[in-house]
Amino acid sequence: MDWKSEWKKLAVIGAIFIGCFYLPIEHSRFNNAVTESLHLVKWYAREHVLLCLVPAFFIAGAISVFVSQASVMKYLGAKANKVLAYGVASVSGTILAVCSCTVLPLFAGIYKMGAGLGPATAFLYSGPAINILAIILTARVLGLEIGIARAAGAIVFSIVIGFAMHLIYRKEEIEKADSQTATPSPEVSRSLWQNSLYFGSMVGILVFANWARPGADVGLWFRIYSIKWIITGILALALIFMLMIWFKKDEYGQWVGASWLFIKQILPLLFFGVLIAGLLLGRPDGEGLIPSVWVEKFVGGNSIRANLFASVAGALMYFATLTEVPILQGLIGSGMGKGPALALLLAGPALSLPNMLVIRSIMGTQKTIVFILLVITMATISGIIFGALF
Amino acid sequence: MKKIQVLGTGCPKCKKLAENAAAAAEALGIECEIEKVSEINEIMGFGVMITPALVIDGNVAVTGKVPSVEKIKQMLS
Repeated sequence: MDWKSEWKKLAVIGAIFIGCFYLPIEHSRFNNAVTESLHLVKWYAREHVLLCLVPAFFIAGAISVFVSQASVMKYLGAKANKVLAYGVASVSGTILAVCSCTVLPLFAGIYKMGAGLGPATAFLYSGPAINILAIILTARVLGLEIGIARAAGAIVFSIVIGFAMHLIYRKEEIEKADSQTATPSPEVSRSLWQNSLYFGSMVGILVFANWARPGADVGLWFRIYSIKWIITGILALALIFMLMIWFKKDEYGQWVGASWLFIKQILPLLFFGVLIAGLLLGRPDGEGLIPSVWVEKFVGGNSIRANLFASVAGALMYFATLTEVPILQGLIGSGMGKGPALALLLAGPALSLPNMLVIRSIMGTQKTIVFILLVITMATISGIIFGALF
Repeated sequence: MKKIQVLGTGCPKCKKLAENAAAAAEALGIECEIEKVSEINEIMGFGVMITPALVIDGNVAVTGKVPSVEKIKQMLS
């Protein structure tokens, strides 16, 4: 037996054994935390998977297959209008960054071959925060206003950060890689209005299927609520009709295939994210392994310190796609303020230790540090503003 | 002997593309070498911004999507 290669497995087995040996099932806090996490998983499965996540996966799949990413890259290329480039970079994450692993290559591409440092950092900051799945799940689980604040904050602050990076390093113009950018030529098979109707009907299904029951049984919101299944049904029929007349056969396969890839990639992460968030933090009205008092002490209220702490923690931590949502839900339930929650949402997905290393290999240590400091500052400031308003 | 390179930082799409490419080459009976390129600066060297991408004999054939086995067969032959 080759102990040099086997010792890792031995260490893992040993660690699991010690964990089981001292399994704290006689402590009520631990048992309670396990129950909490199972409750949380059940709640997600009942409330969020069928109506919210499944349509969202299909929208994300459709975006990745049918929206021409090349047409967006046109505005971020080397010859692009610089002012326009900032605007496009700050919002294009919605359609470009459906998968978080595409953010870094695009960032490197915009920096080295395209519009330059400013738009590239703008994209890097806003991309992960405004991808369509993240916005939908944030708004649904954490509330509409924090979902909107997350998207709007990411867009506005990405322009500020990108422009600041550009000003700090304006004397330095990197040598553009002379390699020709290989962007796929867009294949146009449907006109813009056909695509708009197609995406519109899917977004409509998502919105109306999740229409929440309003507080009072009167008024427009309630009337919409009472016929929400009829509206959803009509939209679904419209979608099927559009699919039948406008789409080629192999496009169905591509669409379903892309959606399936997202489901395979994201659902397991989200499942474990919810499980761990539930174990550590419990449901909003319960308590997990981490006492609520601690959470409240560090990130409760809306002080500068709480916001700063949330930003720094978010910048260092790695969040797998979408898992930031259950974690934040747990934190808010344990007493985290809304300001620090937004600060963590803004600093978190854009940065993590592993991706700092990749960013560093692309633009060097100094620029990376400046970027990280800018992100932390901006996230802290937007947290304070949001916390003061809501 | 063809040289096939799959560019991507390691997300499921890139793995799928590598699988499809291998399947296509095997179906055609072409002898080929499949290499995965995950270093981001190397990917940039190909001029590719949207991963995954497929490079055949040094030419970028596909970027930003996972083509079917059939499509890759056409590109290889």
